[in-house]
Amino acid sequence: MHIHAFDQFRAHASALHRLDPRVKVLLTVGYILSNALLPDGSWLAFAAAWLLLLWSNERAHLGLGYTFKRSFVAFPFAIAAISAIFSPSGNSLAEWNLGFVTLVPTDFGVVRFFSILVRSWLSVQMAILLVTTTQFPDLIHAFEHLKAPRTLTTIIAFLYRYLFVLTDEAYRLMRAREARSAGLPGFKRGGSLFWRAKITGEMAGQLFLRSYERSDRIYNAMLARGYTGHIRTLNPHTMQHSDWLTLFFSIPVLLLIQLIGWYR
Amino acid sequence: MLLSPTPLHIPDGFLNLVISLIFWVATISMVGLAISKTNKTLGEKQIPLMGVMAAFIFAAQMLNFPVAGGTSGHFLGGALAAMVLGPWAGILVMTAVIAVQGLLFQDGGLLVMGANIFNMGILTAVIGFGLYRMVGGAKKGLRLTIAGAAAWLATMAAALLTALQLWLSGTSRLEIVLPAMLGVHILIGIGEAVITVAALAFIERTRPDLLNAEKTAASGGRGWIMAGILVSLLAVLISPLASGSPDGLERVAADLGFLGDGQASSYQILPDYTIPLLGETALSTIFAGIVGALILMGLLVLLGRSLRKAGSGK
Amino acid sequence: MPVKHPSTQQFILPDCEGDILKIEKLNFAYPDGHIALRDVSLNLCSGDKVALVGPNGAGKSTLMLHLNGILRGEGDLTIGNLPISDEQLPLIRALVGVVFQNPDDQLFSPTVFDDVAFGPLHMGLPEDEIYQRVAQALDAVQMADFGERLSHHLSMGQKKRIAIATVLSMQPQILILDEPSAGLDPRARRALINLLRELPQTMLVSTHDLHMVRELFPRMIIMDEGRVVADGPTGKLLVDATLLEAHGLEMP
Repeated sequence: MHIHAFDQFRAHASALHRLDPRVKVLLTVGYILSNALLPDGSWLAFAAAWLLLLWSNERAHLGLGYTFKRSFVAFPFAIAAISAIFSPSGNSLAEWNLGFVTLVPTDFGVVRFFSILVRSWLSVQMAILLVTTTQFPDLIHAFEHLKAPRTLTTIIAFLYRYLFVLTDEAYRLMRAREARSAGLPGFKRGGSLFWRAKITGEMAGQLFLRSYERSDRIYNAMLARGYTGHIRTLNPHTMQHSDWLTLFFSIPVLLLIQLIGWYR
Repeated sequence: MLLSPTPLHIPDGFLNLVISLIFWVATISMVGLAISKTNKTLGEKQIPLMGVMAAFIFAAQMLNFPVAGGTSGHFLGGALAAMVLGPWAGILVMTAVIAVQGLLFQDGGLLVMGANIFNMGILTAVIGFGLYRMVGGAKKGLRLTIAGAAAWLATMAAALLTALQLWLSGTSRLEIVLPAMLGVHILIGIGEAVITVAALAFIERTRPDLLNAEKTAASGGRGWIMAGILVSLLAVLISPLASGSPDGLERVAADLGFLGDGQASSYQILPDYTIPLLGETALSTIFAGIVGALILMGLLVLLGRSLRKAGSGK
Repeated sequence: MPVKHPSTQQFILPDCEGDILKIEKLNFAYPDGHIALRDVSLNLCSGDKVALVGPNGAGKSTLMLHLNGILRGEGDLTIGNLPISDEQLPLIRALVGVVFQNPDDQLFSPTVFDDVAFGPLHMGLPEDEIYQRVAQALDAVQMADFGERLSHHLSMGQKKRIAIATVLSMQPQILILDEPSAGLDPRARRALINLLRELPQTMLVSTHDLHMVRELFPRMIIMDEGRVVADGPTGKLLVDATLLEAHGLEMP
């Protein structure tokens, strides 16, 4: 179903795709951490970080603007930072009298607002690059190699597997509701808001029971193949020389970006 | 777009490093505790059950219902998960959901994931389960009413904590973000409450064996009732205080060293904290984060111990 | 392509005197009181290919869950010479491969490789052998290149074949399949029938597909309301209109 469109992985034979998933996870987190550490208004460093991102896009054979085009998921959240523009610290730039309240944007506030936005926007792009170049199961393996608790990674593996099955089921439920949401001329359609929420709740209950029973059947299928309570998996990843090299070379690159940011 | 980011999934960049780290530590401790707890109580069946339940929450979050003017109500599910699966399993399920949303769909950031898990998975479990557990043996009507109230309160508390985190990170002004967050979530919370109650009622009607009082009691000790009531009270007390006189809260935070007037000092968590050698650089930020995290870890270990005691004493 | 059985061969019992599988007076009731099996007795010989038919709710799936000890009813059940008991359970699960009806329940790992490797991994085999067995099993269901594929990207027919591979990798002596041809389009069904014909294992297959029964299985067992009501050559039973009609079946 169209749910597969959610899977952002793009298969290419690039150096970035071949990179060990552990290294990619560490680099992504390192990059986001580096963004968080850069002081507000270090535009040069932000630009350097973006160049690094563009270059990585190119290395992954995705085309320069690939992650850029997909990076607007976090944008609605920017509303939360708008109030930073009117920070009390800094010099006032203007005074907007809205009648009931006077808004005073400050230079500090504006720098802060755009710094937050840029940080967020760069970080989202790197996260997108990670899932575009890494199959999700490999990502799970990476977390296992990085000593994430086995219980959690296994739950996540199950979640990933059944996400598609259950969202399909949720869509079928919603389609069935849609198909019966008829209306007659002269009658008010759709019932009350409360009623609509209640129907949705019952659909959730229905979905819960189907999922619960499915987990029983899966458990049986696992028992039938020798499951004894401990999940075992084979992780075929081994760090190559090139993986170590990439890891070590990226550290000075991130340090350089920090340097640009702090000593401009 | 089908996966519309809810106002609670904080992206990277909106929380500063110290706040991010503090909530990572809190989340990791609680998740670690949850893993050891579920290993003991749920047995070998737990893994597929929690895995499929995580997929269920994920899918249920897609069930939307039209509210008004093109917006639609969404479902968080943290309270419901804790009520039907028990608090520990609920926490793990929500952790997996939020991790996958952040990793796979960039719905919520990676560095701030600790905070997201804490707000939407742990806080909702404590309030949701704590209050529900309190009325475990009561009549159906009362039980469902409390469940609905708990789901609403859990959503509000998550919104409150998100607002506080944004403010402490210097991202938002408290007097704006707090009423905005709470205002939006009054409505979202009602949707959450109705869906939670309807789902619980449906499950009780069709599979009463999954929701009986003994099962609820077995999945979390009496300590949860205390924790639930305490956290709920805290949320109920802070909200009007903070929205009524944000200046007051601001002063408290400034006294504690969270808020300064300069940009870099907004990171400081320890009062009058300086390391001459490091100065105000990234290093000192990291160091402050580590110290803050260690303090919090100590507090959480104490909390975990008392919860465990309360749990075994039931 | 023949599948080799190097490591489980030794547990196989003497020449068939009826019994790679022997069930005597098996009874089972679910916790809610519903009685699912009543005095079920049957034998399978090594190399048998047997169809299990009957209306929904006849107890076919319940019976299948007993064959590798997921459900434990009252009565005698032996696999080879092994009675079902807690100590023998791991071995029995290696000897009896159960393929469930819905491949979305059977395939629970993110990738095809992970799923086919699950059984061998839990048998504690060394890594080289696991890789080898996964390759063999995928080869046997003609899906050799699918190891790295994600399960949710597969078609129904592909999922069913991979589901069979997940138990072939354990190299079982007996294959139990629950409605393998259900939900398949004609082409995928044909491919599945050809696959089942080629697999050398002893087979017990529950199905509503009587055309497939006539084509593949020399012997059939009819169950209804928890009992075995007929057990004999397919050629004879499938022409007995009264018998079929009495148990909700239609002559193919």
